[in-house]
Amino acid sequence: MEKKIRVLIAKPGLDGHDRGAKVIARALRDAGMEVIYTGLRQTPEMIATAALQEDVDFVGLSILSGAHTTIVPRVCQLLRQEGLDDVPVLVGGIIPDADIAALKQQGVAAVFQPGASMENIVRFIRENAARKVTRDE
Amino acid sequence: MAERDEVLEQPPARETEAPGGQRQRDAEFTTVSGRPIKRLYTPDDLPGFDYGRDLGEPGQWPFTRGIHATMYRGKLWTMRQFSGFATPEESNRRYRYLLSQGQTGLSVAFDLPTLMGYDADHPLAEGEVGKCGVAISSLADMEALFEGIPVDRVTTSMTINSPAAVLWAMYLAVAEKQGVDWQKISGTTQNDILKEYIAQKEYIFPPRPSMRLVIDTFEFGARFVPRWNVISISGYHIREAGATAVQELAFTLRDGIEYVEWGVRRGLDVDEFGPRLSLFFNAHNDFFEEIAKYRAARKIWARVMRDRFGARNPRAWLCRFHAQTAGVSLTAQQPYNNVVRTAIQALAAVLGGTQSLHTNSLDEAWALPTEEAVTIALRTQQILAYESGVASTVDPLGGSYLLERLTLDMEQGAVEYCDKIDAMGGMIAAIEKGYPQKEIAESSYQFQRAVEEKRKIIVGVNEFITGQEPIPVLAIDERVGEAQAGKLKRLRETRNQRRVSDTLRALERGARGDDNLMPLILDCVRVYATLGEICDTLRGVFGAYEEVSVL
Repeated sequence: MEKKIRVLIAKPGLDGHDRGAKVIARALRDAGMEVIYTGLRQTPEMIATAALQEDVDFVGLSILSGAHTTIVPRVCQLLRQEGLDDVPVLVGGIIPDADIAALKQQGVAAVFQPGASMENIVRFIRENAARKVTRDE
Repeated sequence: MAERDEVLEQPPARETEAPGGQRQRDAEFTTVSGRPIKRLYTPDDLPGFDYGRDLGEPGQWPFTRGIHATMYRGKLWTMRQFSGFATPEESNRRYRYLLSQGQTGLSVAFDLPTLMGYDADHPLAEGEVGKCGVAISSLADMEALFEGIPVDRVTTSMTINSPAAVLWAMYLAVAEKQGVDWQKISGTTQNDILKEYIAQKEYIFPPRPSMRLVIDTFEFGARFVPRWNVISISGYHIREAGATAVQELAFTLRDGIEYVEWGVRRGLDVDEFGPRLSLFFNAHNDFFEEIAKYRAARKIWARVMRDRFGARNPRAWLCRFHAQTAGVSLTAQQPYNNVVRTAIQALAAVLGGTQSLHTNSLDEAWALPTEEAVTIALRTQQILAYESGVASTVDPLGGSYLLERLTLDMEQGAVEYCDKIDAMGGMIAAIEKGYPQKEIAESSYQFQRAVEEKRKIIVGVNEFITGQEPIPVLAIDERVGEAQAGKLKRLRETRNQRRVSDTLRALERGARGDDNLMPLILDCVRVYATLGEICDTLRGVFGAYEEVSVL
């Protein structure tokens, strides 16, 4: 049987607006993935530890507060330190166009801005999971 | 009941054939909340409808048509734009600008560290200082925020919840410093902790000690700050989190019931504190459904206050409310369309009889608004007030078959939810079970699915998509955090440390007992104890709340 794709969905920072994170978590689950939702107010350290312990294939961060410029680079750095270079990081939320290039430079695989569809996010994860399998073999 | 049968007889949503075999669009005729809407409403939709019982004159029981006889002919709604960003000095400049442009009340937005009771130099505040609102860590910051703004000449609303008692104390201390009598100041602290557990999730302490703090402010306000609205019982955030209109209405009113119950249990007189309670609703896209929601709210609240709590003071029966257009409805795509959405939503709030209104700015799906964007938002309200003619008459849609039907349905739906929560043992028990949280999560997921499947169209997002030029957005200087941390460092070096420790110790002792904590918190803020120090003291006694996440 094919192994289920495992995704960590995390809400870093102080922001409590979790509507998006929850909707995405449910959409990924409905798409047949294994979703681990961290809950609110996770520090970058907690997120990296959870990614390692849960052996996830993807990390999704939901940030609406504008703190992404500080938080996301830190998460990417810690994931690398944990040896999780091959775990793509997805960022969703209120991310201005001007910040996308810098986030990608830090190692973010994709940024989903307001209005992004669940379908596109699911497709992105599936395609990249398939690519990862091919590469691993 | 006649109403109930009517709801069940609603037609299927995808009606494609009207009487006489005429075709209709193959669209889903439902509200944004998923409520089916019929082709036509007639007197048959209002069996047994009674003008006196169901509507009444405005200003009279059951207040369906409005809480005042004259409504906007007497006084226009207060145009109150919620704002705050970066440092207190920068926000102060924005407030003075808005007042100079004809805004009639202030509304303070605080940043996330402040909302969570952390000082600007706390490690968890890194990257968050001044981003979503203004950073206030001590009385010194509050003084700077109101520099040159006489607090007896404006009314100030503060969107602060878990640490509301502390920020209110700072505001009261500013009034003292300006030499203004507390009897003369007016404004609102949001102070609605229940909706934080339900929706917005900016809580610090567990529900029960949090409720104690809220009731402490009720008691203190009634004695010393009689014109202050001690709470704004908020459906806004519940709706933003994904609730339907009826869920927003129901959970808000049931939260309100919970506060009144706690107040009465404290020994407060419902006739005295009842008139200081105010409510806060969302103004979403679905025009008629929203108007019906406000009308139903007035009706239910009046009945709750009079019949459930025995209030005899008619002012305690009035559902006075603030409305804000729906942030969640703003699109990042084609942002200028948001001006139109906001105008329609604002019109619904006005036709629903709001007492004050915030209109969102077109750029808020991207960032906090620029000055230009917020000016258009304010102008939108002024156009409604002065050009559209809707302020000339009270409840102009009263008597519409559709609107009256929707108002009755809203009322019935909300009452059913309230009964269910009563049966669970009240709102705190329901929150601990995750009940409202689950209901909201389900609604938001269903809505997102409807958007993905294009059963619901969002212009510019899933239909009528075009490329777009980026719009100018407000960027918050990353150095705000450093600046605020620097101020705190200097404050800690220059204040009387001994007095700070003494007042914090007294607060800790008070928190362990059951005295009203407001006087003790005031003592702390007057000697420049910081927000973080005060909240840490309370965390030490009350503990910190962590929710069990429900998906």
